[in-house]
Amino acid sequence: MTLSIEVNGLRLNYGPFRALDEVSFKLEGGKIYGLLGKNGSGKTSLLSVLASYRRQSGGEVRFGGEAPFENAAVMRQVCFIQENGHMSEGLSVRDALRLASDCWPNWDEALAERLTRHFELPARKRIQTLSRGMKSALGVTVGLASRAPVTIFDEAYLGMDAPSRYFFYDELLKGYMEHPRTLILSTHLIEEVESLFEEVLILDKGKLMLHEETDSLRQRGLTITGTADKVDAFAEGLTVLGSQRLGGMKSVTVFGELNEERLGRARAEQLELGPVSLQDLFVHLTTSKGDVR
Amino acid sequence: MFDDRSPIYLQIAEGIKNDIVSGALKEEEQVMSTNQYAAFYRINPATAAKGFQLLTDEGILYKKRGIGMFVSANARTKLLEQRRERFFEEVVDRMLAEARQIGIPSAEIIKRIEKQEGGGEA
Repeated sequence: MTLSIEVNGLRLNYGPFRALDEVSFKLEGGKIYGLLGKNGSGKTSLLSVLASYRRQSGGEVRFGGEAPFENAAVMRQVCFIQENGHMSEGLSVRDALRLASDCWPNWDEALAERLTRHFELPARKRIQTLSRGMKSALGVTVGLASRAPVTIFDEAYLGMDAPSRYFFYDELLKGYMEHPRTLILSTHLIEEVESLFEEVLILDKGKLMLHEETDSLRQRGLTITGTADKVDAFAEGLTVLGSQRLGGMKSVTVFGELNEERLGRARAEQLELGPVSLQDLFVHLTTSKGDVR
Repeated sequence: MFDDRSPIYLQIAEGIKNDIVSGALKEEEQVMSTNQYAAFYRINPATAAKGFQLLTDEGILYKKRGIGMFVSANARTKLLEQRRERFFEEVVDRMLAEARQIGIPSAEIIKRIEKQEGGGEA
């Protein structure tokens, strides 16, 4: 069973600061979603509201039609994992896992044990004595083993070393394929995870900049390289996200639909066409025009 | 038309086609599942499924209910035909354009081809 998530005109203020500004979207559920945004763009604010860790200042959130805030039936289906955790620092690893197994009805004990062994999590140690990487490993263990219909990882794996992160990605995919559910990952390490996302949401300065299928988003970006005059002529009328020059050569990154006719013309003009990674698109899209690049 | 900006699902479809053309994947042979592809390439299974859907639409793969995806009986023949059609446009025409640009006359290219052919037979 998957839960749809509907967000309408969501606002969140911290005093005079507006962390979320009229954010609206609908997630069908049962997919892996990527939430991208620069630091301070509102990712954690948004996820905290989704997980009912915070109450919104305005607008509404619906999980399968129901408001999640202080709604125990909905909250048992949502697992929110943050990098620095919300687990009591004084608990031992074993007690934290036991507590988690009581919270989520779909808890997979065998998986929890397997992950605990892989990460070599010390059962008796208190959370406060764990390294950053170990705390992250405990967090993702809880998130994966919760098998909650909506599981949210808020940069939860950034503290882990590369082999552990890749192990996490593999386990995430495996768990998702065995038990399809809604997974939301926020990150700014996009390159490592972009191929896992079916849909992407980008937040910028508290507003939702876009929500799109990853594949179609990626196809809208293109780099065009060639002699400066030809590139300029070709790029005219297109949304140019960035450009670089090296002597008489120029490379521009454009964003928008390019039909076959236009692509054919680029090849005829001997312009080199290249892909734009999600990471590059993200950087270009969220670099405000006032910034010097 | 495949260039570097192909989305992953097209690359997967192209990879399977290459395996069929080379004979690494035989006709009527079962193909790895979308989940196996997804796990192997560390990609979203929906992306892998899109690649499979494309091949099914083209008649390269077919689905046996509850068992999995298989290579169609005439897949290799069909792919070879497609590649022959594309060959002149994508390989020969491009080569000639390059030759023109750097000043190699067609006669020289033909001579080279004949020499290669002769060498191959000897």
